[in-house]
Amino acid sequence: MVPVDYYIILSAILFTIGVTGVLIRRNALIIFMSIELMLNSSNLAIVAFSSAIKSFSGQIFVFFVIAVAAAEVAVGLALIVEIFKSKHSIDVDQISSLKG
Amino acid sequence: MLLSESVNTGFLFLAPWLVFFPVIGLLINMIFGRRFSENMIGAVASLASGAAFVVSVLLAWSVSASNGEMLRWKLAEWIHIGTLNLDWTFRVDSLSATMMLVVSGVGTLIHIYAIGYMHEDVRFKNDVGRFRRFFIFLNLFIAMMMILVSGDSYLMLFVGWEGVGLCSFLLIGFWYEMDTLARPSWANSNAAKKAFITNRVGDFGFLIAGFIMFYAFGSFQFDEVFKQVHAIAPATIVAITLFMLVGVAGKSAQLPLYVWLPDAMAGPTPVSALIHAATMVTAGVYLVTRSAPLYSSVPEAQTIVATVGALTALFAATIAAGQYDIKKVLAYSTISQLGFMVAAVGMGAYVAGMFHLITHAFFKALLFLSAGSVILGLERGHHHLAHAHHDDHGKGKKKNKKEEHHEEEHHEVFDPGDMRNMGGLRKTMPVTFWLYMIGTLALAGIVPFAGFWSKDEILLDASKNFPFVYWLLTIAAFFTAFYMGRQIWMVFFGEARHEAAAHAEESPRVMTVPLMVLAALSLLGGALNLPFEGFHNLTNWLGHTLGEVEASLLNLQVAGISTVLALLAIYFSWLIYGRNPLKAGQIDPLKKPLGLIFTGMENKWYVDEIYQFIILTPYTKISYFLADVIDWQFWHDFVHETVIAGTYNWVSNIALNDYADQKGIDAFANWLGDVTQSFSATLRKVQNGFVRSYALSVLLGVVLILGYLILK
Repeated sequence: MVPVDYYIILSAILFTIGVTGVLIRRNALIIFMSIELMLNSSNLAIVAFSSAIKSFSGQIFVFFVIAVAAAEVAVGLALIVEIFKSKHSIDVDQISSLKG
Repeated sequence: MLLSESVNTGFLFLAPWLVFFPVIGLLINMIFGRRFSENMIGAVASLASGAAFVVSVLLAWSVSASNGEMLRWKLAEWIHIGTLNLDWTFRVDSLSATMMLVVSGVGTLIHIYAIGYMHEDVRFKNDVGRFRRFFIFLNLFIAMMMILVSGDSYLMLFVGWEGVGLCSFLLIGFWYEMDTLARPSWANSNAAKKAFITNRVGDFGFLIAGFIMFYAFGSFQFDEVFKQVHAIAPATIVAITLFMLVGVAGKSAQLPLYVWLPDAMAGPTPVSALIHAATMVTAGVYLVTRSAPLYSSVPEAQTIVATVGALTALFAATIAAGQYDIKKVLAYSTISQLGFMVAAVGMGAYVAGMFHLITHAFFKALLFLSAGSVILGLERGHHHLAHAHHDDHGKGKKKNKKEEHHEEEHHEVFDPGDMRNMGGLRKTMPVTFWLYMIGTLALAGIVPFAGFWSKDEILLDASKNFPFVYWLLTIAAFFTAFYMGRQIWMVFFGEARHEAAAHAEESPRVMTVPLMVLAALSLLGGALNLPFEGFHNLTNWLGHTLGEVEASLLNLQVAGISTVLALLAIYFSWLIYGRNPLKAGQIDPLKKPLGLIFTGMENKWYVDEIYQFIILTPYTKISYFLADVIDWQFWHDFVHETVIAGTYNWVSNIALNDYADQKGIDAFANWLGDVTQSFSATLRKVQNGFVRSYALSVLLGVVLILGYLILK
């Protein structure tokens, strides 16, 4: 059986890749994908801990997270499509109308 | 109320209705009058006054049924302050009952006459809406006069005294914004103001008398005051009576305050008859008679009162002989006759004074109302002429310019009250002529008319103790007969001096019938108190109130002298005005022989001008000085503008505005704003619009918080 540490390390690596993606990429679609990466890395950590303590609650929790993430994807993609329609670009640095 | 309980009080409970009836009448006309016809308004007002007359008769009967006892009816509590206890009490005795009968009796006749008179008067002046207002004022006057004569205290009398003064003002200024009798509107309102202000001077004297009276007697109630007369220093009573005389001079138009009465003729003629001849102006005579115990105790004051009255009688009679306005002659005649009455009551001949008051009310009301009839007759003639001219003009158009111009001019200057416009009215207005004749003979003092008996009684009393007064009054009586003769010849005899007079028309029955009643009273009024044994009705009647009065018997010498003088005066007036009647535009034939004297008479001895010079001009100058120098230049310009406003401006500009406001409060507020602005300008840069920098901030925040939680 694979020790739980490995899962956690993989989860941390995935999360770091996701954060880095959010910070350095300008394409809204890529940023979105990076956010999904962060989300799933945390899902991985929860499931790993859940199996380590022999409890189903974590796994059930993750089902909910996946369901909510699916809804979030629908909303987020719709937003990106609308932004593209009005700006003809999905470069987030171009979307700075709320600049103070 | 002990007194009234001990005797049969009869109809005493009706006493308040003396005032209530006229007030009800005026309220009805005030509230519902708008929907009434003229006759209805007149009927309501006349009925109200007539009801007051019926009450007066019943009250007089009650007094006589209780053997002349004084009756009192307390209506309400009035003033109770400290030692002053006054109730609203009606006092009914033979004296006040006499006044009530005269006021309501003559008043009712004049109300009825006024229905006819005002109908035409408002029509000729193109203001029909005023009819109602006139009768409301007239009823108010009756109510006030009733308060005056039925009051049980000087204060209640004063309420009525002021009330009738108000009505007089309202009615003199009845045409205050309309031009009447060739008089501009401002002259009408000025006449009203003159009457009111002159009366104010007199009332001031009355008030002072009241103050001294309360200080000395501690009461205003008649009986309480009279009880203490002998306990008070005579000097105090002299002061009270003389200050009261000032009030009498104002209200009863005596020297030197008589000047308002001739101007008061600006009011409608029924007003002149009711207020300024028959009733209100006799209030002063009533006051002196009512205060008989006060006056009788100080002979010095009596002498002064008698002298003032006699001088007024003669002075006014001379002016009357030089006047051209039919009502002005009667006005000066009224002043003169009031002088007779005041002289009489001043001499202590209270019964004679009251007797003359009553007969004078009859014949002077008759004369005034007949004069009103004459004036309206001329107005009708003039109206008729104007219409005829108008028709002519419409048809022919042949008139040359000169004639048209002439017509316009005569439109403007025509004065229906000017005796120089009259003449020959005997033929066109026969009823009025005969009525006027009766009034004239009564006033001139020809046997057996009422005026003869009353005037003779005054002269008789004067001849006993006051020879100076007697001669003044006798000469005044001569003038009286003369100016009345002059008036008769000028108005009714000769030829018409104006086309309007030639076309004059007789007045309707509603006007002439009350005149006939008054004429009968003028004819027979003397029977009240004939100077023969057993005929002293009025003396006995008033004796109940005034104490035992010595009844006077006919003195052939006095009666003879006055009769001969009166006849002589009428003969003179015939010589001058009757034998050769005045022609149109001719100057008065008296002017040539008398010269300057007649000019003086014509111009009222320049009394108005003298008052203007002595009182009014300095008064105006002082007022201007006070208004301009004191009020405007000193008070407004200096005190207000310079001192107060200047200081205020300096303080607010320099001290408050510059330092406190601008450099203190403003500066702090501005600094706050500046700080907020610069701070927010710095903060604004944080929001740069780049999503990734926000994400970086979130990351750093998370790292910080987690680092803190882990390393804690």
